[in-house]
Amino acid sequence: MTEIRQRLLRNAIGPMVPLTAVLLALIIGAFMVLAFGGDPIEGYRAMFSGAFGGWDELSETTLRATPLLLVGVGICIAFRSSVINIGGEGQIIAGALLCTTIVLVLPDLPRPVLLPLALLGGAVGGAFWGWMPGMLKAYAAVNEILSTIMLNIVAGYLMQFLLLGPMKDRQSEELGDIAQTERLSENAKLPTLLEGTQFNLGIVVAVLAAIVGFVLLWRTSLGFEMRAVGGNQIAAQYAGMRVKRNIVLALTFSGMMSGLAGAVLVLSSTAHRLSVESGPSGFTQLAGFNGIVAALFGALHPLWTIPASFLFGGLLVGAFALQRAVQVATPLVVALSGLVVVFVVSSESIVTRAREWAERVSQIAKGGSSSGNEPSTPLGATDPGSPRAPDSASEPESTQTPETSSETIVT
Amino acid sequence: MKLHKFFSFVLIAGALALFAASCGSDDDDDTVATTAAPTTEAPAPPLRIAIVSPSASNDLAFSQSISDGVNALGDERNIDVAITDGTFVVEEAAAQIRAYADEGYDLVIAHGSQYGGSLEEIAPDYPDTTFAWGTAADTFGLDNVYAYTAAADQGGYVLGTMAGALTNSEVIGVVGPIEVGDAKLYVDGFKAGAEAQNSNANVSVVYIGSFSDVALATETAQAHVGQGADVMTGSAQMVVGAVGVAQNEGVLWFGTQADQRSLAPEIVVASQVYKWEVILQQIVDDMDSGASGGKAFVVTLENGGLEIAYNDAYDLPANVRQLAEDTIAGIIDGSISTS
Amino acid sequence: MNLLAIVDFSVVEIFAARSGWSGFFTLSTLVVTIAATIRLATPFVIASVGESVGQRSGVLNLGVDGVMLLGAFGAYYTTLETGSPWLGLAVGTGVGAVMGLVYAFITVTLHAQQGISGIGIYLFGLGMSDLLFRQLVGTPKPIGGFEGLFEFSVPETRFDVAYPDLYNHSILVYMAFLLVPAVTLLVNRTTFGMNVRAVGETPEAADSLGVSVTRTRYSTIIIANSLAGVAGAALALEKGIFIQNITNGMGFIAVALVYFGAWRPIGVMAGSLLFGLVNALVLQWKTLGIISGATAQLAEMAPAAVTIIALVVVTNRIGQPSALTQPFRRGAH
Repeated sequence: MTEIRQRLLRNAIGPMVPLTAVLLALIIGAFMVLAFGGDPIEGYRAMFSGAFGGWDELSETTLRATPLLLVGVGICIAFRSSVINIGGEGQIIAGALLCTTIVLVLPDLPRPVLLPLALLGGAVGGAFWGWMPGMLKAYAAVNEILSTIMLNIVAGYLMQFLLLGPMKDRQSEELGDIAQTERLSENAKLPTLLEGTQFNLGIVVAVLAAIVGFVLLWRTSLGFEMRAVGGNQIAAQYAGMRVKRNIVLALTFSGMMSGLAGAVLVLSSTAHRLSVESGPSGFTQLAGFNGIVAALFGALHPLWTIPASFLFGGLLVGAFALQRAVQVATPLVVALSGLVVVFVVSSESIVTRAREWAERVSQIAKGGSSSGNEPSTPLGATDPGSPRAPDSASEPESTQTPETSSETIVT
Repeated sequence: MKLHKFFSFVLIAGALALFAASCGSDDDDDTVATTAAPTTEAPAPPLRIAIVSPSASNDLAFSQSISDGVNALGDERNIDVAITDGTFVVEEAAAQIRAYADEGYDLVIAHGSQYGGSLEEIAPDYPDTTFAWGTAADTFGLDNVYAYTAAADQGGYVLGTMAGALTNSEVIGVVGPIEVGDAKLYVDGFKAGAEAQNSNANVSVVYIGSFSDVALATETAQAHVGQGADVMTGSAQMVVGAVGVAQNEGVLWFGTQADQRSLAPEIVVASQVYKWEVILQQIVDDMDSGASGGKAFVVTLENGGLEIAYNDAYDLPANVRQLAEDTIAGIIDGSISTS
Repeated sequence: MNLLAIVDFSVVEIFAARSGWSGFFTLSTLVVTIAATIRLATPFVIASVGESVGQRSGVLNLGVDGVMLLGAFGAYYTTLETGSPWLGLAVGTGVGAVMGLVYAFITVTLHAQQGISGIGIYLFGLGMSDLLFRQLVGTPKPIGGFEGLFEFSVPETRFDVAYPDLYNHSILVYMAFLLVPAVTLLVNRTTFGMNVRAVGETPEAADSLGVSVTRTRYSTIIIANSLAGVAGAALALEKGIFIQNITNGMGFIAVALVYFGAWRPIGVMAGSLLFGLVNALVLQWKTLGIISGATAQLAEMAPAAVTIIALVVVTNRIGQPSALTQPFRRGAH
């Protein structure tokens, strides 16, 4: 009985955190809407119906959630290994460019061959763009924050160069001169899942990627090593782990997921082509950054990132309905997502304290001592493969594993 | 267990949303009813026009030109306008275009050449809705899509001749975004005009590689000034910084897309202004006659869709003004080629 | 591999267009290029020197870009309404300080993970500055034409100044470069600076010696964010305008430059100047027609690429503050 009560108490706290954070951010948002002379209730009603109110809205939200989920899974892998990958934008672009090149060069391959090949191209392109900062960090002591930021810029200009030059749609020149490729082969279109809706295979790819990410991190020895290196490099080195290799792998896998997101973005785009006319972020949808929010909202756990991306994608989609309903511009949602991040991260210490308290209460009731091996993730993912997060620096029981609190960046 | 909880939350949220949606559509019906009510003697319901544009609709540049155009159309007839602006993310714009078509708007304007690829896929799904996209000349062979564009080279050429006449240093600087579409057309026309007017003029064109980098646009203007430029122009929304440099350095500026005199009243000589209402009127007339697309329209100096807006606060020499008027006349009668 | 091809390509193109080079190697062009380098580097110098102080005490802030945007909007809006750039600068700084206080509370008091909280701050600043601009101002309205001390110019009647372009900058440019020795002195020669370094290296030891880790980190974070606010204000006031996302990712580059400069203000300044110089050179070459078309597009990636390559070539031996990104909790170790 006490076992169950203990579990209940602990489990109740976990999912409350992101939800409370969203609620709190929405309340602050309501005051902002009010300050700008809008009716917050009307605004939020429009927002929710704009995001989840029907099949069209749900499919739109799913479309938006797909790249967030893929990038988010990559972020889980990187951040769990204590590598700060801010290169999502560049990796998306690199993936998209390689994927598009493959489709442009081999347009006539049958769909069952071309589609996987194009997705693979995306993954390889992104992986390469992640491998570079990985190598630079491991072997040239270049900090990955610096290199991933700079590589985002390089990728953006590379995309612009290619779409204005070698990859440009020659037909467009007399029709208005647009920085985009020609329409891609029909065989490279991600098939629609439900007739008459926008649901496509992309979300399936993303969910599969999330499962792969989970298995990699918590069901393989490689994942264990990567997380261990994330926890404490020196200890990991003493344990015979190859620290440098793991850093490179973490960034490569992370980039691979973002690259896959880039491929899915191209192959499921309405225009079915790659365009840079609105600038690189017009294509990436800023998923390289928003994916970080989704991953965090999902407790840096690939499986939890699935619903998190869906909810966050919904917020982004609903923003337009909100704008139309109460004349408060869409950037409100960007600001609110920032607040959600801040609230989630800062609640960790509060939550650990609450959980500690909950455990103490139940232990007193049980009259026994702690097993000393409780899963203690920051946001309460308590499945069997529960992570011991490197970011849970605020764990009060860190005396057991002091290394979990040191998130070290080598330069 | 927790996944279950989470999804039940999502389901509840979804249910709430559905409820909200049904309330929302009631509201819509109400507003339509009230707007229709006072116009008892005019039985025609308002023409419902939606605009999707990439930057803010008051950006003093590309997006402003279309919302001004549609609003000017409102002087002529009963219209009901909805604008979604700032959709630089192409997929977001595609979703908005779909949403407006779903809501039964009569005319959905996709104002950005980057939206064309999406529109090509969306328009066939909504045969009863009329779409317009610009700036482009292609209707994809679809009979419910109009295309519209501006002969920006014409205005560019006129402004270029004025620049060629006004420069003393014979160095003219151009700040461009990326080398495509409307901006390229304008810049090429401007360069041709300046060189035709003043064969000694050195027109230096710099594309900064971005529509948004104000710092780089500003520094480019500064580099032009450093090379002795005393007349400058530029296209797209990031030029606002470059206009500031022109103002500080006392360099003349020519604007395009919208009237930019408010940015620097002392040094803006003239702007090429897009009067989209001219072709919007043609589109609407065409729709009245039962058509719903398949044509391409161009605003030109001849049809009045392109206008040179002189800045009254700037003391333009009469001969240069005359030169501009002559050039306009020459382009209209075909005696001057802009390329 | 990729990069080599680009460099190779550019070199060929550049020598093909040799005619423009004579225009480049003139004194006046070099002066203009140097002046442009200084101006382009200014916001980076302010923001990254500030951020280096925060990082020396062990706190990373990835949200610099967001704070810059808020500072830029604060300064712009205040100046637009009051006409006083000084007031605008003050508000920009104040906005930065408030964001610093918030960030310190999150990361020091609540021990939140720093890398991620910074991204939250970035998104908040990005969205909030855009929202406020669209709701309160809307259409781009220029500010500028400042006079007096703000637009500093060397009085030519009193000195025989050969190249006024080199000296005539707004007061903000001078303030930015004065920050470098000021912060160096602050960190290396004062008790406060000693505490900052101690807290950044071994917070436990500092704590046992009676240095308040919390108070020190609060101070450094507020300094860092105030300067990010100043950097944003400098951008808006120098350009005389605000538009959505005016920083265009500058804040992230500023953080990167702290790593480039190995946490020393002088190194950070060198990094900023390098980044500015490559930008200015590319611009100047484009203006002179030395590079154009495809080469010019490839050259746009040069500032970012050169920054990475420079770090690979010049391996920096100075380690980062040992306690960087680690929250301090008394008695945890």
